[in-house]
Amino acid sequence: MTLILFVEQCLNGVQLGLMLFLLAAGLTLVFGIMDMINLAHGSLYMIGAYLAATVIEATGSFLLGAGAAMIGTGLIGAALEVSLFRQLYRRSHLNQVLATFALILIANETVRMIWGAQPILLNMPEALAGPVEPVEGFRYPAYRLAVIAVGAAVALLLYVMVVHTRLGMRVRAGASDRDMANVMGVDTRRLFTLVFAIGAGLCALAGAMLGPILAVQVGMGENILILAFVVIVIGGIGSIRGALVGALLVGLIDTAGRAFLPGLLRHVFPPTIASEAGPALASILIYVLMASVLYFRPRGLFPARG
Amino acid sequence: MTSALHVSARPGFALAGAILLLVLPLGLLAVDQPFYIVLASRILVFALIASSLNLLIGYGGMISFGHAAFVGIGAYTVAGLMQAGIVSAWLAWPIAMLAGAVLALGIGWISLRTSGVYFIMITLAFAQMAYYAIISLKLLGGDDGLSLGGRSALLPGIDLKADLSFYYVALACFAASLAFLHRLINAELGRALQGVRDNETRMEALGFPTYRIKLAAFIIAGALAGLGGALLANLTGLVSPSLLHWTQSGALMIMVILGGAGRLLGGAIGAAVLLIIEEVLRDYTIHWQLGVGVVLLAIVLFAPSGLAGGLAGLRQRRQA
Amino acid sequence: MTRLIAAALIALPLALPAAAADKVKIGFMSTLSGPGAALGVDMRDGFNLVVKNAGGKLGGLAAEVAVVDDEQKPDTARQAVERFTKRDRVDVITGVVFSNVLLPVLPSILESGTIFISPNTGPEDYAGDKCHPRFFVASWQNEDVPGAMGQKVQDLGKKNVFLIAPNYPGGRETLNGFKRYYKGGYADEVYTKLGQLDYAAEIADIRAKKPDAVFFFLPGGMGINFIKQYASAGLAKDIPLYTPGYSADEDTIKAVGEQLVGVLNSSQWAHDLDNPANKKFVADFQKEYGRLPTMYASQSYDAALMLDAAIKAVQGKVEDKDALAKALRTAKFDSVRGKFRLNNNNYPVQDYYLREVVKDASGRITNRTVGKIFSDHGDAFASKCKMG
Repeated sequence: MTLILFVEQCLNGVQLGLMLFLLAAGLTLVFGIMDMINLAHGSLYMIGAYLAATVIEATGSFLLGAGAAMIGTGLIGAALEVSLFRQLYRRSHLNQVLATFALILIANETVRMIWGAQPILLNMPEALAGPVEPVEGFRYPAYRLAVIAVGAAVALLLYVMVVHTRLGMRVRAGASDRDMANVMGVDTRRLFTLVFAIGAGLCALAGAMLGPILAVQVGMGENILILAFVVIVIGGIGSIRGALVGALLVGLIDTAGRAFLPGLLRHVFPPTIASEAGPALASILIYVLMASVLYFRPRGLFPARG
Repeated sequence: MTSALHVSARPGFALAGAILLLVLPLGLLAVDQPFYIVLASRILVFALIASSLNLLIGYGGMISFGHAAFVGIGAYTVAGLMQAGIVSAWLAWPIAMLAGAVLALGIGWISLRTSGVYFIMITLAFAQMAYYAIISLKLLGGDDGLSLGGRSALLPGIDLKADLSFYYVALACFAASLAFLHRLINAELGRALQGVRDNETRMEALGFPTYRIKLAAFIIAGALAGLGGALLANLTGLVSPSLLHWTQSGALMIMVILGGAGRLLGGAIGAAVLLIIEEVLRDYTIHWQLGVGVVLLAIVLFAPSGLAGGLAGLRQRRQA
Repeated sequence: MTRLIAAALIALPLALPAAAADKVKIGFMSTLSGPGAALGVDMRDGFNLVVKNAGGKLGGLAAEVAVVDDEQKPDTARQAVERFTKRDRVDVITGVVFSNVLLPVLPSILESGTIFISPNTGPEDYAGDKCHPRFFVASWQNEDVPGAMGQKVQDLGKKNVFLIAPNYPGGRETLNGFKRYYKGGYADEVYTKLGQLDYAAEIADIRAKKPDAVFFFLPGGMGINFIKQYASAGLAKDIPLYTPGYSADEDTIKAVGEQLVGVLNSSQWAHDLDNPANKKFVADFQKEYGRLPTMYASQSYDAALMLDAAIKAVQGKVEDKDALAKALRTAKFDSVRGKFRLNNNNYPVQDYYLREVVKDASGRITNRTVGKIFSDHGDAFASKCKMG
């Protein structure tokens, strides 16, 4: 294995990890602050991707599409929070799981009604469709590099916001002790709506950016949602920093599993077996990591609550 | 209409329900509708599986988000044994139950040391491990799944390939499981389990081995789900990793909550209602999932104790 | 409660038992959602075109086509088949795109006595030992189209080919087909998960292994994403892509455009094949749906023509399945691909062509037939079939 291949695969892993982070950031705040299991978080990602696709197809502008999707999905998120989620915060986790599972079904079918069952295959923006050569002899898709850059910028921005602003202080207060925050005069109702909307907007950003790499289709949120849960459990529920570390870990393990394990296994097994077992083993590894964290450090690697 | 809810208190109604379930397929045959016998069998199998999950959620307060793993291992056990030439139901089905129980022992052993939301997440993690483990095993078909060469052999003269025979076998398994659960819930273990659900600290203070009580229930539920998986494999004739997918675990939870967690027939009612809604809506619209979603959401918001709970509440009000 | 359930069961819409044949019932089960949806939609449209052209009839009988989506999942397909065979009691089932959907449900379809006409996948098992008098393939055996491409890549003198396909029966058989005719060396042979859409890891692998050609079989949205990502990694100019026609057809061209220009691919059909039946098909399809048909549409159109001819031959007595099956075997119809007949295993014997994606005079990107690879070609498994 050459160094170039190794670096390229690591970049692929980081790219996946940063997108997972965008999804996990909102999820971990909602989970941490409102103590709410939101299975429908993946549906917001799907809705965001569809909104982006629609605007991009109509205007031809990727930036406009991503922006509109973030705002649109943020508004949808806020509306959902005010109309429905608010009633669920004080309910049991069981009720939350059921209600948000129902929301997945509703979201999937509504999207299918509006946009049809066939996936929308977005193109990358013209300017980023080719490769770049940052170092002589090493070419990498420009679009993926852009995704990494945006993901990293958002991560930084979120970090600054959570650690250094008043809003962030309130969020942290809410995550570590909701009742205390309430007593101290934080308007948790408005805070919750805002956090929810921001989380939804980040989902939409991920949906828009992954659209050209994956496909915009019904059900796209389901598998990535579970990975997002893995990320926040590993990182520590309610912790942005934990979500970032967890997301990068999961992204790198998943990519490494697909990139290197089949090659290793092929020394022992025929290609059809190695190709199937490699990625599956990587996935198992991710869940082993998750279960170990839950068992040994239930509050995750970076606990949000003191 | 509420008769079946009173299995424990009013055996007359239980008898009526049993007779109805016994003659139902004969009626369907008489009007030449074998398809609905298959559907009824499917409902019975899922009723069994949902009832086993109900033991955990409803009676033990353990919100397991990984029940599909036990169903899956039961189904794969039967399929794998059949591939190896072992077709006897008397051998394969108990092994499937054993496999479910052993997996539940392993998962429960670790998971039950956590609680609350961490328990939900860790059971999900283990079920996902099982899901990917199955995909990685080419021997069991990997991602393609495995087709069963036929159905398990039960007794000479009973051909499970016949829809009618399969229905009655599924009915017998369901009835036996339900009777077993009924006894269990009213036995010492079951009462202790419900005590743990309501107040674990107190039960611990009273000297009950709460961890072991929960683990026992977890293993029993795993074994019953394994049996359900064995039946499901026979019913559909194929097993695939999607049996273990997390959405399958979610659907089972929905059945339990829909029907009424902590009610003997909760799982069964939930399974029946969900599958029938699906089947009816499917004929009218391809968007039938929207209807299912709306119904579910309405139930969470307006009848959080499930259909069985809602009906029981209605009856109490009427009697008052 | 139980009584309520029972009542609901019996009150469900009951289909009347099949009376004397005044119509033919067809269960059309296909993949209409997800990354493979474009294939299923084209097949549905191709089939419906025949019915529509004949005024809602097939072989003179009123045709009732029930379309369902299998979601590319065997479990969903399994339940749909139960409905078709036990409730609706259809005469013929067709439409399935993917082998991993068809293979698990085919035994129960055939056991129920229903005829199955495959408008797409032609699995190896049922071409040989398991060949069945009620199973017909209107397309090709899975090895045939990639086999033709293997022959071409061999003729081009490639020495080090990278193979990639999804890990499901159709994918494995496709690569086997390629390998049957290509005799050079391999850079690697990679199988991906069916439905995978991000090929970053695999493309990095290709770049590192430096093959002199890449042969990929990734039907539907998988192939579209692969081609785009391959181009964006900057590999398209260095290492040429070869593919069976499935991934270089109109649905893919519409999605990726320029990036496909110059790609050679193999097919049993092309929209520019010069025969009257094909001219009519292409014109009708464009008029009806506003797009060029794909090979999927052509296969399904032929399947419907085949059925139409067979029903005519038995004078509408579709309830006699043995007679209908016999008539299908020898059905005489004008295939859009020109010469066409069924082998002893009910799989086609036909010609295979080389196509190239080009930009034509009007600036339209589309396929052009540039040669013939195989003539009167039957599959490699027919000799194992005991049917006469």
